[in-house]
Amino acid sequence: MTSSASVAAFGLGVLPARSGLGLKPRHYRDILETSPPVGFFEVHAENYMGDGGPPHRYLERIRAHYPLSVHGVGLSIGGDQPLDKTHLARLRRLIERYEPESFSEHLAWSTHDNLYLNDLLPVPYDGPTLRRVCEHIDEVQETLGQRLLLENPSTYIAFEQSDMAEVDFLSEVAGRTGCGLLLDVNNVFVSATNHAYDAGAYLDAFPVEHVGEIHLAGFAEDQDDAGGRLLIDAHGTPVADIVWTLFEQALKRTGPVPTLIEWDNDVPAFPVLMKEARKADRALSNERCRRQAMFATA
Amino acid sequence: MMALRTLQKRFSMALLDRTREVPSGIRTAGLDRIDRRFDVYRNNVFVGLTEALVTRFPVCHALVGDEFFRAMARVFIELSPPRSPVLMTYGDDFANFVDTFPPAHPVPYLGDVARLESALTRAYHAADAAPLTVDELASLAPCRWEQIHVELHPSVQVATSVYPIVSIWEAHVRTDDHPVIDSSRAEDALVVRPDLEVEVHRLPPGAATFLTALLKGASLRTAADVAMTDPRFDLITTLSGVLAVRIIVGIRSSRE
Ligand SMILES: [Fe+2]
Repeated sequence: MTSSASVAAFGLGVLPARSGLGLKPRHYRDILETSPPVGFFEVHAENYMGDGGPPHRYLERIRAHYPLSVHGVGLSIGGDQPLDKTHLARLRRLIERYEPESFSEHLAWSTHDNLYLNDLLPVPYDGPTLRRVCEHIDEVQETLGQRLLLENPSTYIAFEQSDMAEVDFLSEVAGRTGCGLLLDVNNVFVSATNHAYDAGAYLDAFPVEHVGEIHLAGFAEDQDDAGGRLLIDAHGTPVADIVWTLFEQALKRTGPVPTLIEWDNDVPAFPVLMKEARKADRALSNERCRRQAMFATA
Repeated sequence: MMALRTLQKRFSMALLDRTREVPSGIRTAGLDRIDRRFDVYRNNVFVGLTEALVTRFPVCHALVGDEFFRAMARVFIELSPPRSPVLMTYGDDFANFVDTFPPAHPVPYLGDVARLESALTRAYHAADAAPLTVDELASLAPCRWEQIHVELHPSVQVATSVYPIVSIWEAHVRTDDHPVIDSSRAEDALVVRPDLEVEVHRLPPGAATFLTALLKGASLRTAADVAMTDPRFDLITTLSGVLAVRIIVGIRSSRE
């Protein structure tokens, strides 16, 4: 069973295998006043790169009571050009200040020349990209002195020059750099639907031994020209039923892992997030029970 | 095979400029058109940045309406895409753009209100510092105050205007009352975050010049001298106001 005390697993140097929530300014006071039973909080690194003010003041107080995951969205690890040293230095200061249990980033690019494009853009899955991504991850892990978790992306297009499957690419990156993986189950479903492959088969092939965290989120739905589904990774709604089902399937392979509910747009009142977190906790504890039962009968 | 650098160059140019063709080498599953899929990325970029501007400039947004604001934001984003992944600084130059954007000229104070709003975000994220207490400030009272240099809180900013920007801003953030605003009145604003809350204060005449000189490191005496060029400047009123709003975090004598 999971403990309801938010501090139970704190200080172990890893995120607890419980549900976590994205930390949003509109919930700072709620959290401090009610100490909700949340396994960990996750922040977007770039939102805490100011010099001071309320974001740091509240994060410091909340971090004192909860495990913390720092999730970067702006490193552009999949960019061919060298990493932005200024940004990497900012990230290092943030990591040194808050000593998060986990740091994660995306298999994507977002900067070209000096332009920041504000989206997680796709990369071709081929040898040269693999080498570049590994070089960048080596540099990040060396600079931060911390293992990075790399997240699988949501994509809307693919590249003709790709000659590897996404899971194989991620597996190679983890093997070569020693980084972990962040499995975003919603991204799996979004990409699988958009590229007409089977999300379940993707999960069956995923290198689960590297998974350090799972993300769950809601998607938006559109239609493509042929009347098929086009899914957008929107983070503005509850997690879809199909994604909960895929999450349960993923847990059978990964075992219980820290699981974040991502809700970044149209952020609802805190109790709505808690409801999603409890749902994730139930699935995690079901998986624990299932495993115990398996050992008991063995 | 296209080099990654080339691919990303073409991709990024086509993202920001809709008149450009979608880069070659992209494929989609099934029957959907490539340009339609590529538009998802274009949309993500523009919608995300537009939302960032709507959030940072809520009063400008209210003043011109959603449709106008979004159209204006699109032009700004095309001309001035972000140069940093730290988006809290995005829009620092939005006010200057608004000044030069002809369709916005019917709302002549829009640029100045944007300058005030961008100062609010900077104050929110500025470094922290403890304002001096009344007792500590009392040491200012004895003679020789002229030679004193004050250190202002890192969040302090001054926004000047020939329009009543503070009244316009207040009318939109305080929705309970809608005062009639005399648009011929000039107002300067002081923005400061002594602790957690960002405050906006209406400055008396000449005080903006005085504070701007202090921000540049002038002594109280020199700042007062500069501000006196405005005959309406009243040193006592300004000083007591400055002391009351907790913007001073340090004092030193200029003889050092
Ligand atoms: Fe995610």
